[in-house]
This record gives sequence, C-alpha cells and structure tokens, in this order.
Amino acid sequence: MAETAHGHVGSTGISNVKLGMWAFLGSECLLFGGLISTYMLYRGRVTGGPRPSQIFDIPFTSVSSFVLLMSSLTMVLAVSAAHKDDDRKTNLWLTVTALLGATFVGGQVYEFTAFYKEGLGFSTSLFGSSFYTLTGFHGVHVTVGIIMLMSLVGILKRSSVPGKKAEVVEMVGLYWHFVDIVWIIIFTLVYLIPV
Amino acid sequence: MAIIERPTPVAPVVVTPTETYGLLKRPVSSTGWRSWVFTVDHKKLGIMYAVTAMFFFIVGGIEALLIRLQLAAPNGKVLNADLYNQMFTMHATTMVFLFVMPMAAGFANYFVPLQIGARDVAFPRLNAFGFWALLFGGIFLNLAWFLGGAADGGWFMYAPNSGPVFSPSNGVDFWALGLQIAGIASLTGAINLIITVLNMRAPGMSLMKMPIFTWMITVVQFLLLFAVPVITVALFLLSFQRNFGARFFDVAAGADPLLWQHLFWIFGHPEVYILILPSFGIISEVLPVFSRKPLFGYPFVVFSGAAIGFVGWGVWAHHMFASGLGPVSVAVFSVATMAIAVPTGVKIINWTLTMWGGKLWFTTAMKFAIGLIVLFTVGGLSGVTHSIAPSDTQQTDTYYIVAHFHYVLFGGAVLGIFSGFYYWWPKVFGKMLNEKLGSWNFWLMIIGLNLTFGPMHILGLQGQPRRMYQWTEARAGEGFFNLAFWNLVASIGSFILTIGILFFLINVWVTSRNPQKAPLDPWNARSLEWMTSNPPKEHNFDVIPTVHHLDEFFHRKYEEDEATHTMKQITTAEELIAEQERNADKHIHMPSPSYWPIVLAFGLPVITFGLIYSYLIAVVGGVIVLFAAYGWSLESSTAPESDFENPNSSTELVKHG
Amino acid sequence: MSTETVETTHQKEHGMSDAGYIRIALILAAITALEVATYYVDFGPLFLPALLIMMAIKFVMVVSYFMHLKFDNKVFSFLFYAGLVLAVGVYAAFLATFHFFIR
Repeated sequence: MAETAHGHVGSTGISNVKLGMWAFLGSECLLFGGLISTYMLYRGRVTGGPRPSQIFDIPFTSVSSFVLLMSSLTMVLAVSAAHKDDDRKTNLWLTVTALLGATFVGGQVYEFTAFYKEGLGFSTSLFGSSFYTLTGFHGVHVTVGIIMLMSLVGILKRSSVPGKKAEVVEMVGLYWHFVDIVWIIIFTLVYLIPV
Repeated sequence: MAIIERPTPVAPVVVTPTETYGLLKRPVSSTGWRSWVFTVDHKKLGIMYAVTAMFFFIVGGIEALLIRLQLAAPNGKVLNADLYNQMFTMHATTMVFLFVMPMAAGFANYFVPLQIGARDVAFPRLNAFGFWALLFGGIFLNLAWFLGGAADGGWFMYAPNSGPVFSPSNGVDFWALGLQIAGIASLTGAINLIITVLNMRAPGMSLMKMPIFTWMITVVQFLLLFAVPVITVALFLLSFQRNFGARFFDVAAGADPLLWQHLFWIFGHPEVYILILPSFGIISEVLPVFSRKPLFGYPFVVFSGAAIGFVGWGVWAHHMFASGLGPVSVAVFSVATMAIAVPTGVKIINWTLTMWGGKLWFTTAMKFAIGLIVLFTVGGLSGVTHSIAPSDTQQTDTYYIVAHFHYVLFGGAVLGIFSGFYYWWPKVFGKMLNEKLGSWNFWLMIIGLNLTFGPMHILGLQGQPRRMYQWTEARAGEGFFNLAFWNLVASIGSFILTIGILFFLINVWVTSRNPQKAPLDPWNARSLEWMTSNPPKEHNFDVIPTVHHLDEFFHRKYEEDEATHTMKQITTAEELIAEQERNADKHIHMPSPSYWPIVLAFGLPVITFGLIYSYLIAVVGGVIVLFAAYGWSLESSTAPESDFENPNSSTELVKHG
Repeated sequence: MSTETVETTHQKEHGMSDAGYIRIALILAAITALEVATYYVDFGPLFLPALLIMMAIKFVMVVSYFMHLKFDNKVFSFLFYAGLVLAVGVYAAFLATFHFFIR
C-alpha cells in the first residue's frame, strides 16, 4: 500500500502521466483555439501582397495533410505493438511515423518558401502574420513530436525507459494524434474554406 | 540517496547511489542548501513559493509606496512621467503574477497533499520545475529595471501602447517573455495539482469529502489550465509583433486593436478568480474552526465556487465596455456579469451563517477571515456597479476602478492569505505566531487599507483618471470632494498599511526566536493536515488515513452523544498521532531529489534573454533545455530499490532520494 | 499488485485490433478525399456545413479510436472535452463580438 504514495498509478488505478497528458491536451485546445481564431479574424485582411486564394496550392497541401493523417495510423500501430511488447514492430512503426512527420514538415518548409517567393512575407499583411504564426506553431509541435519519436526509438533500443515502455509510447502517441487533429481543423478552416 | 531512520527523521545517513541516470548522479543531500535547491518535496517547495512571493510582495509594495508618494501632493516630483508609467505597470504585474499567484501556489503545494492524505504530489519533479520557472521568470521580468527600463504600458498592456512606437525600451519584451515563463510555471503547476487531487486522494475521500480549501484550489487549477494558454497566445502575438515585424496590432495594416483586449481579458477575467478563490478556500477552513461549527452548506460553497469558475469564462468583455463593442455584446456581458454576483453572494451568506450561533474565537486568523468577508463585500458591491454598462462607462479608467479591485484583491485575496499565515503557521513551522503582534498587524492593515483605498472611490467618481502621474491644485476642486485632501489621505493610509505589514514581518522574526513549540492541534482543527506532527514529517503521514467523513480529523476526535445529540470529545490529537506512529507503514518510498527541474527552468530565461539580445544566447538556452529534458526523461522519479544502500540492517526505514 | 490491475484494464482499453485501426484510417482517408473534392466540385449552399461536419467527424474519430477516448476512463474525456468545449464556446463568442459570423 505504501507504494501508492509515489507510484505512477494513483488511488483510482489510473495512470498519473496519462491524466497529466490529457489535461495538457485540454489546455492546448485553448492555445490552438486562440491562434485559429486570430487567423480567422485576419485571413481576409490583405492590404498588400497576395490573398489566400492566390497562393494556396490545394493539391499539394492535400497530399501533405494525407501524409500526416496516415502518420496517425502508423502511430497507433506502434502503440498497439508496444502493448504487445513487440519491440521490433514498435521501433519500426515509430520510425515510419517520424518519417511521415518529417515529410509533412518538409512539405511545410517547401510551402513557406514558395509563398515567400510569391510575395507573402511574415510582415506583408495581417493574413501573412497570422497564417505563418498558426501554421508555424503547428509545425513546431510536429517537429517536437518527431524529436520525441526519434528519441523514443533510441531509448527503447537501449531499453532503459523509466516506467512502463508501452505507456511512454502511448503518451507520445497521444501528443502525436493531437497534433494531427489540430491539422484536421487547420486544413479545413484555413485551406478549404475560401475567404 | 539518503535514508532516514525512524523515529528521528532529522538524522540523515548519506549513501552513494549505485546507479546513475543520464549524465549526472542524483543529488543526495538532505540538509543544507542542496536539500532545498534540488528538492521535490511539496512542503519545501510550498515554503519556497511563499518566501518568493513574500519577496515580490515587498518589491511590489515599495512600488506602490512610490506611486502614493508621487500622488500625495500636487505636481509630484518623486518620479518622472516615464518612471511613473513603469512603476504602476510593474506594481500590478508583480502583485498579480509574482505575489498573489505564487503565494496561492505555495499554500496549495503545501496543504493540498496534506489535506487529501497523500504523501506527495502526482509529479514531484514537475512541481519543482514550476517553482524554479516562476522564480526565474520573476527575476527576468524585473531585470528590465536595470536594462533600459521596465515595461510601461499598464498591466494589461493595450495595443498600441505596447508597440515599439510608444514603448521603445526592451521593457515590454522582458514583460511579455517573463510572463511567458511564469505562464509555463502556472500551467505545469495546474496539471500537477489537478492530477494530484483527481488521483492521489486517501482511500475513502470522495470529492464531496474533500476539504473546501482543496476544492477551491482545484477550481483555480482548472481555471489556470485553460486560461494560461490564452495569455500565451496573446503574448506570442505581442512578441512576434515587436521582435519579428508581425502586424497583429498594426491598425495601418487593417488590424483590430481589440484583438489584444479580447485575448487578454479572456485570460484576465478567469485570472481574477484565480487570485481570489484560494483565499475563499482559506477562510472557508478558518471560519468553521474558530466558530466551532462545521462549514454551513458545504455543497453550496463547493458548487458556488465551481460556478464562479465556470461563469467567469463568460464575462471577460465587461472590462471592455468603453471600447465600442456594440450594444448586443455589451448587454450580453453585462447580464452575465450580474449573474456572477449570485454564486459570490451564496458564499458570503454561507460564511456568515457558519459564524451564526457559533462559539466565536477571535484569533488573528479569524479576524483576517472576517475582514475578508466585510471588505470583499464592499469591493463586490462596487463590482456590481461596474456590471451596469452605462455606469461603467463613467467609471472606466478612473480611480473608482482602482478602489474596486484593491478592495477585492487586498481586502479579499491578501487578507485571506494573512488569515492563512496565522492559521497554518504552527503547522508549517511548529510555532505559534504572536497573537498580540497579530492584532496590531490586523488592525493597522484594516485601518491602512480603508484609508488608502476608500478615498479612491471618491477620487474616481470625481473623475481622477488612473495612471495620471501628476495632478494640479488648480483642478483639484473644493469642499468634501477636494482631490488634494483625499489623495493625501490615501497616501497616509498606504504608510499605515505598510506599518501593519511590517508588524507581520516583526512577528515572524519574534516567533522564530521564541523557543516555545506549538501544541499539536492548537486550534482544535477539523481537516486532515492537522493529523500529523508539526511540522509534518517528510512523508506526511505515518499511516495513510482512511477517510469516512468530511472533516475527518474532527470526527476522529469527536463523537456524537446519542442522548444529548452533542459532539463530545473521545480522543486527542496527541493520542491519534501516537497511534499512527505505532502502526507506521514500513518502507515508505518518497520521490528522489533531482537536478533536472532547476536546470530545465534555468534554460528558459536564457532563451528569452537571447531572443531580446542575441540569438546565439537563445541557442545556448535551447541546448540547456534539451539537455535537461533528456536528463529528466531518462531518470525515474523515484530511484529504484537497487539505488539504495542499506546502512544497517534495520527494517524500519524511510527512504527518500 | 496495483500494476497487475492496470495491466488487465489496459487489455480491455486497447480492445481494438490493428485491422480495426486500418479500417478507421481508410474511412478517414475517404473523408479527406471528399473534403478535397469540395474544392473542385460545387456543392452549393451545402458546401460550408458539409465541410465542417466532415472535419468534426474526422476529429472525433481520431480522438475516439486512435486516442482511445471511447474505450478509456471517462476522466480523460472530461479533461479533454472540457478544454475543447470551452475553447469552442469562448472563441466563438470572441469572434461573434467582431461580427464574424454575420459578415
């Protein structure tokens, strides 16, 4: 009984870390909500430079959105393998997820470069400032996720994860899926709904 | 690792860890400065929070005195206009973010685990990180004083005042980034305490058997969890505008300056409940104890607290009635604001009825609690006058507003905090604060604060704007409404208030030199934090209590007499605790100290410093953060069994890091 | 002893098979294709509601199945949806004060 005082599992039998992660994600909803609202308010305010419809490349962004969506599948497969203690498969799916994520971020870098060349800088217009801020924040979240995934692959190989391995993978998974659902919203609100 | 032998928990035996994690060996000291700097003990962190908050209280207090000195007489010469702007901006910022919030965090850290019968919080290292991030963020904020001037746009930093045109110094950059760090601290603290309350309660303690202080803290942590990200967004937009040329508040580019106001107050209004609810919690503990009655209508106090927290999300725009929101928005937010007075009124009624018919014991803690009820009601009533939009339009940006929020914050939040000091001092330090000095402390503060903030109602209704750095004799008016007279009264009052607070500091000093120990249960208290030694042992409880009642500790001491239906004492605190000691748990593992929280927290101001001065420094900060993050995640929060070396064969050991 | 109970609950929580996950992913992919289609095909007045509904379906599917919220303890749902509902409510009101929805 004494162990419950500090362990990873509290008096309800629920994992502390998992509760903490969900609370954090609840909090993140208000972070991205604020950024998305700022964008929605400002998306049509273009005093100079291109308008959204002039530069968005829907086929390209659709493909990178699809890549990110599928990375959620590979992530969930990694979690599933981790719960079955299948280290080889866990590592495989984690690596694939990280690669898909990197593809998405690479696409974003390409997109940003292309937009910049077409005349949309960070200071060009309110649309530019709010677009780069919103998608940039998301991109940073994805990048942090990739770093966590790659670290996880390295750590799992050395098998020195404190606590339960499967739980650590699951936590990174929750974060990763959250980043994905944020993009589901951004893709619709930012790209697909015309101003 | 240090292993503490029972029953003398002050004799640490230091042993070397057999295993290391990451790159550094775990810290091992259990005495000296290292035991504080690397601690993850929620009690030590609670004290550190409170000491930090007290320091910033004094800093903010000195800023307030300078403001009052400047306004005491016409054509004040104490500060120039620029310095005056910095002074009121930093006074508010310091008091809100670096005094009341950390002080509440200190109380919460110390008492929530004790009140719910836990041995520590859910995430001990995160807890330590939160404290250090707050301290470093606070220091970073105030560094601006020495590096070209502090922030000067008012504590809510409206655009365009916050822009480089009107605030050319780095002050606003320091302000935005410093608050960002403090925000990270609040967020991690909130997650930690929420999970602690959800998951670490002693067996039998259902949510509706939780002490009311813990309940109010829980509501506050949810408010923080959801409000902090909103200010984070706002501060990022501001920093991006100032440092990277974004256009968010640039009207020339078609921007809406109201964007900042909305984001700030969506955070800012929950924030005012974040400031007041902990004090509501404290006096809801104090009043029943010193009225010798249970809290009247406990469920109502709980639900009204939650209701305040919830409705608090729908009233933010009442800070913006004068900004041209449009009639519909004004009407909606006006009605919502009136509605929030209802749960607050419920609380006041409950406190009053708790005292009604009780055997009142006027200790200093009780006096401060009653002071809160009275003065908060005054501030609450002037608050209701703001909810009426036409009246608010008249009052906006006058001293009337200053009077209102000082009554609710000083008369409310701060008096509650002082009530908590007197009530819990014997618990934390094992000594009673001097009641006689406490009485001086209380009365001087009450007189001082009414003299300071009372006249501000008059000043404001006569039209003295807030943030005005000088006033002139020629326009001061005559008779009863003479601005000169009331400004002088307010300034004198602020010095009386200061003397009152000095009495507290004297009291602390006198008490610390007094060898007399406090009795185990000096107030005949009701909740679980008193069911352990003073101060509590490192592991809080020898036996994790099983809870059957609200006010569990009281119900263990008292039983209802069948015949007379009165409560009669069946045992004493001393006996209860002696019994716990006899049945003490063996092998209690406590979370181990760690270097990483302070290292990680230290990386944050390095990054922000670099963002202002040189990206190279920011990169260094980033490396520190990354390094610490790896160290942190590769280290388990409690050192494993193999990490302990048994210095002797005794089985009765309490292990900690 | 507490770890054992956790293990058994885990098995219950992760009742979904890998094939199940792939099915969910296929549905998500199909909806995405439909979403992109709205950009090329004129859906008339249904365009906006259709897009928002599809977005919501994808969101809820990922949260419920990939993030296990459907199978997990209700506390997790509370923590997350409290934040989500609050965010939607507050920011919708925020945009409404700018007359965003009636422009």
